[in-house]
Amino acid sequence: MTKTTPDALPAEGGPGDGPLLAVDNLHVEFQTRAGVVRAVNGVSYTVGAGETLAVLGESGSGKSVTAQAIMGILDMPPAVIPKGEIRFRGTDLLKLSEDARTQVRGQRIAMIFQDALSALNPVFTVGWQISEMFRVHRGMSKADGMKKAVELMDRVRIPAARQRVHDYPHQFSGGMRQRIMIAMSIALDPEVLIADEPTTALDVTVQAQIMELLADLQRESQMGLILITHDLGVVADVADKIAVMYAGRIVENAPVYDIYKAPAHPYTKGLLDSIPRVDLKGQELYAIKGLPPNLLDLPSGCSFNPRCPYRQDNCVTDAPPLYEISGVRSSACHYWREVLDGERQ
Amino acid sequence: MSNPTPPVGPGLPETQTMVSDTVTAPAPHRQGKHKQAKGGKPASLWTDAWYDLRRRPMFILSVVIILILLVMSFWPQLFTSVDPFNARTCDLSTARQGPSAGHLFGRDNLGCDVYARTIYGARNSIVIGVLTTIITTLVGGLFGIVAGYKSGLVDSVSSRLTEVFFAIPPILGALLIAATFRGRANSILLVIIALAVLGWPMTYRIMRAAVITAKSQDFVVAARALGAGAGRIMFRHLLPNSVAPVIVVATINLGGFIAAEAALSFLGVGVLSPDISWGLMIADARDRFLEAPLPLIFPAVFLCVTVLAFIMMGDAVRDALDPKLR
Repeated sequence: MTKTTPDALPAEGGPGDGPLLAVDNLHVEFQTRAGVVRAVNGVSYTVGAGETLAVLGESGSGKSVTAQAIMGILDMPPAVIPKGEIRFRGTDLLKLSEDARTQVRGQRIAMIFQDALSALNPVFTVGWQISEMFRVHRGMSKADGMKKAVELMDRVRIPAARQRVHDYPHQFSGGMRQRIMIAMSIALDPEVLIADEPTTALDVTVQAQIMELLADLQRESQMGLILITHDLGVVADVADKIAVMYAGRIVENAPVYDIYKAPAHPYTKGLLDSIPRVDLKGQELYAIKGLPPNLLDLPSGCSFNPRCPYRQDNCVTDAPPLYEISGVRSSACHYWREVLDGERQ
Repeated sequence: MSNPTPPVGPGLPETQTMVSDTVTAPAPHRQGKHKQAKGGKPASLWTDAWYDLRRRPMFILSVVIILILLVMSFWPQLFTSVDPFNARTCDLSTARQGPSAGHLFGRDNLGCDVYARTIYGARNSIVIGVLTTIITTLVGGLFGIVAGYKSGLVDSVSSRLTEVFFAIPPILGALLIAATFRGRANSILLVIIALAVLGWPMTYRIMRAAVITAKSQDFVVAARALGAGAGRIMFRHLLPNSVAPVIVVATINLGGFIAAEAALSFLGVGVLSPDISWGLMIADARDRFLEAPLPLIFPAVFLCVTVLAFIMMGDAVRDALDPKLR
């Protein structure tokens, strides 16, 4: 930790100008024997204090890889970041030393994982694991750390926290485990919290509770929240804005209300249309045709073109830039006007 | 065997306090499942293993044998009043005499009491076995955990290095080391060093493999994402999750080292006279085996039982720590 110079780290509670965290034109590649897998191809998004950004996309769209790049937990090699910046309060995290990044991880930017059972160490009690955060980063004694662990478990609303600190992860239900994971990640009051599909492994009623908890915690602490999910239902209530990813790119950026009202990208439209609706009961459920592209061999032009109902000739040759629709909206589709105006199919 | 356990950290004290709790708990035995002990206290892998071990006759038997051997090596006077290091207890005129009331196992080539020598011989076997195991576990475990965690160049270099050691036939290698440095160091120390030098790659491999498996689990990534450094991940998160197979191999190896010590002593490069060792006794008795088989048979039986006890304990520990084998 000696190499860390304090001024290399982004200032705490720094100036309000600019977003808290900005991902700018990030590229991530994996070098494999089969070739270069372009998992993230120029992703840009921002999240401000107290703001919730939902990153939406199917498996393999690069949403988790982007998050891992922000955390700096990608295994490099095989991963390479050839281009891009991740600015946290104005400082490019990618240029920091490993020591400085370790200082940021957990304390300034924290992460929650999908499967809390495997993300908790099976051989230690949950109290030990939560208090570890305080012992390692705050130099607290074991007893004080345990006290803080109980407080945190109360804060994430685990019943009988005082008794349950001494339990092991496998003794908790899925929802309670995720609460413990959340307790660990908010232990040091991070400024940004990344939740990588925090509710995917949970059943629906518990999903809602966890989302509500995250929203409450965010209101209390004004942290920026990046919510990675493939579930449009989860997003609607809590997110302020949505970034839709497809094949390693952002295809649409929009405030949450706008996107549900009228999507501006055929992929987003397809996702929304494939949500089952009660009023359409009995009809065949819409599905986006085709399969997600092979990241080793992306289609030419727009990556979505083989599956797109709006495809024209230039979609195969020209990759669409992110067209600005309004100050807060953008879409990577040549024909966003048609999609925006279009009748739902 | 206290050695590989301390780094396990706070997980263990918990375990030990648990032991008394579970004794009276009528916990139903469910395979591969963790049990809730009395008082709502949770069962960890270690508590669970302990619960399981106490119900294995093979484990109890081997532990009893090992305890007797330990007492024998610390306080041999409890078992015999004859001091084999005192030359006056030997009487050449009674050489190779059969068992008698005062000398249960008879007398050897020099007229010394075989029973007393066998009892006193336990100490060197145990000391050599335990110390060699501790050294190999520490060295091999440390290299293994670092190589498994770092991977890449560190791993490649240390793995090739261990392969060089694997290429040396163990007894031949130990013979070479012990014979080369014979007389320059304490003969017991020399045996320990020779066996440790050739024994650590085994522990290294087991530890490295276990760490590589544990490393890819989510909780290690999560620990990193929450700001844990390399040392913390290795010793707090990976070690407790990969130490079980190492403990198992260490227990089994202990028996092997005791046998190897006997082999080296038999070949004349291990423990040297006037120190006593079962291997040495076997070597001495070999010449006149046909006339007087007992001076060879008694230390050989002790040796077999000792090695067997450690290997049996290792087997039982393995079964208890690895629920998949049940």
